[in-house]
Amino acid sequence: MSRTVLQVRNVTKRFGGLVAVNDVSFDVTEHSVMGLIGPNGSGKSTMINMISGSFAPTAGSIRLEGHELAGKPAHKVARLGVGRTFQLVRLLPELSVLDNVIAGAAFGHRRRWGAEARAHALTLIDRLGLTAVMGMPVSALTYIDTKRVELARALAGDPEVLLLDEWLAGLNPTELGTGIALIRSLRDEGRTIILVEHVMDAIRSLCDRCVVMSSGTRIAEGTPAEVLSDPEVIRAYLGDDDA
Amino acid sequence: MFILITGLLLGGTYALIALGLNLQYGVARIMNLANGEMLVAGGFAAFWLYTAGQVNPVAALIVIAPVAFVANWLIYRFMLQPLVKRAKSRGALEVDSILATFGMSFAFVGIMTWAFGGGYFNYAFLAQPLEMFGSSYAQNRVVAFVLAVVIGGALWLWLTYSRVGLNLRAVAVNPASASLVGVDVRRASALAFALGGAVTATGGALVSMFFTLDASVGVLFTMKALIIIIMGGVGDVRGTIVAAVILGIAETAVARLVDPGLTLAAAYLLFLLVLLFKPAGLFGKARG
Amino acid sequence: MSGTDWRNLAISAALLGLAALLPVYGSPYWLTMGTTMAMFVVLATSWALFSGPTHYISLATAAFFGIGTFVTGLGFQSLPFWVLPPLAAVIGAVLAALVGLVTLRLSGVYFVIFTLGLAEMVRQVVTWVQNQTGHRGMYVLTSITEREIYWMLVALGALVFLAGWLIGRSRLGFALRIIGNDETVAKHAGIDTALAKVALFMVPGAVAAATGAILAPRYIYIEPSTAFAPLLSFQVVIMALLGGTGRLWGPVAGVIPFSLLWEAITRQAPNQTLLLLGIAFLVIVYLLPGGFVGLWERFRRRFGGRT
Repeated sequence: MSRTVLQVRNVTKRFGGLVAVNDVSFDVTEHSVMGLIGPNGSGKSTMINMISGSFAPTAGSIRLEGHELAGKPAHKVARLGVGRTFQLVRLLPELSVLDNVIAGAAFGHRRRWGAEARAHALTLIDRLGLTAVMGMPVSALTYIDTKRVELARALAGDPEVLLLDEWLAGLNPTELGTGIALIRSLRDEGRTIILVEHVMDAIRSLCDRCVVMSSGTRIAEGTPAEVLSDPEVIRAYLGDDDA
Repeated sequence: MFILITGLLLGGTYALIALGLNLQYGVARIMNLANGEMLVAGGFAAFWLYTAGQVNPVAALIVIAPVAFVANWLIYRFMLQPLVKRAKSRGALEVDSILATFGMSFAFVGIMTWAFGGGYFNYAFLAQPLEMFGSSYAQNRVVAFVLAVVIGGALWLWLTYSRVGLNLRAVAVNPASASLVGVDVRRASALAFALGGAVTATGGALVSMFFTLDASVGVLFTMKALIIIIMGGVGDVRGTIVAAVILGIAETAVARLVDPGLTLAAAYLLFLLVLLFKPAGLFGKARG
Repeated sequence: MSGTDWRNLAISAALLGLAALLPVYGSPYWLTMGTTMAMFVVLATSWALFSGPTHYISLATAAFFGIGTFVTGLGFQSLPFWVLPPLAAVIGAVLAALVGLVTLRLSGVYFVIFTLGLAEMVRQVVTWVQNQTGHRGMYVLTSITEREIYWMLVALGALVFLAGWLIGRSRLGFALRIIGNDETVAKHAGIDTALAKVALFMVPGAVAAATGAILAPRYIYIEPSTAFAPLLSFQVVIMALLGGTGRLWGPVAGVIPFSLLWEAITRQAPNQTLLLLGIAFLVIVYLLPGGFVGLWERFRRRFGGRT
């Protein structure tokens, strides 16, 4: 059993009267890919936003290598070692591709500046296959390249945990194959990743373990094969009437 | 007691003015910094109709409001809609609309100074005192307050219960979703902007009954309206009214008890307290 | 430093020298004009350091400037003059930090509105304090000549450019550019956005206060309504945006033509200055969104220059 990097314990988030996440716990172990799946509106994004520091949980604790993240602002969470991409890609439109990546390197978990940051960013650009488009304005990039730039920015701070919020969504079948291979190669390098995803092929082939959420609660946890054959998970995805 | 009532009377008029700006900012997403000039223009019109044509300012509203509506619709359609179209994000629109409406504000002041001169103007309409609760209040202030309440009330009923009012409120909450359910967002925004301008000009005509105005005073009203909106919360009618009354009372109290030269400083102090303790407005829920 | 850096440094030094020699070769009229322009160069350049990358439009210049003039007005008899501008700068920076802490966590609209009224609020408070203590305005009678004021402004300008150049290469400057692009990304990349904004907002606050302190002897008589005239804030915004905030030299390119135009209009049609200001705002928004810098960059791109 390898070491636990991120520990989520009894986390609850209420928005007014609405309970978006209800008493959810799970662990993420080092060098593994954890899938966070569930139907729309099940609280996955809220969970991701709490881990990355966008919201503070109403109750519960989120610990990264012993540091409490719950209630800390996003920039502190980022420095402690959480890197993320966004469900709708967010790039820095007035900056070059290189500067977009350096932005991740300069202020993240492991901070670099000057020539070192530049070299690090160039390595990542090369690693993600962006060298050919490096000189282009961000607005001229193809969709998958914008996703790659965002991923490179998230990786540039050398995060302990990388959160990918539907990073594969919207890719065409060819791009999807490339994208899955890319994430697999990140796992093989020993990165720790939390993947929020709807694409079942990606979940099956990438995730070591999965947590399934429905209506804000955790309904199953296990390997992808285990959870996807769990009757309660099938009911959550297909609806009560059909089960 | 005198301070409370005078403050309430003033606050009523402020509420109407702020309601106009709130419609423009809440629905059309334009922070209209030329709003105060629209107010002064409304006041000018009332002054001119009263002194030159002996038209009762209350009756003059029937002319002033529609004219202001059309003028604001044209401004939105030809000056602001191009900015809305080219804006890449809400932040970009915010910066553009702030600069553009500042430009309009200065241009209006320039034009009004050129047309009417830089002097102060006021007129005596219903300047007799009215006895209430043991003190006397100027009749024109009471009339202005009553009219503000009637117009503001009508506006609120219309926004709450009419079909078009529902559309406007839907756009205020979320333009993208509103357009999904078939609301014409551009028309709704133009309507809200025009309506907001008409309400502000009406407020200006009311204010002119008891305040001395000049061409350059608009920015003070813009600031007060902005402070009220931020205190009350964007798009919140109830909050706007409460904030306006608080501001009216605070200004009156400071003017009576400390120094009339400190009214804006008093408004600012309130603003500061709200920013520090309730940045989402008096009734707003804190985010996060 | 690269070759381009050395070239830019040489050009800047030459232009600075040329500017500093103005009192030697220029007529008194041009010295007066030059002093006004130097003031606006200092104010607009420091304004753009913060407002350029972040897109927060600050209208607080008049408040800081007015405080600076009062620092000189109150202190010139008891302290040597050279102490006053740095003292004003410290006070301006502290005030800017306070204003920033209150408003910069919030959206841009709050910031604009707050800074818009700041000068007026300070003016009302100062007037009230003066009324309470029985003073009205005050005389600043010093032996400082216009020429010396001009040189002090040129020196301050050189400092501002140096600071701008250093900030542009620093992590703080880079952080501000990221914030201006997307504040959410900035936070998740690990930037303490509130701290970064407050830290940089202190620069224009300090510079404007120091400028006010230097210029106070020029006014001879200081009273709140002139020291805190809100028009100054708007002039600074216009000049900076007209020149463009994308480059350090941008605001200078706006200050020179606009000051000359302003001077001409004030002489011939003094009532039309506000109209001019309004039109200038509209021209910037509708025709020149990037200012002269934007025009220049488009020109260079079209004609094959490197970027």
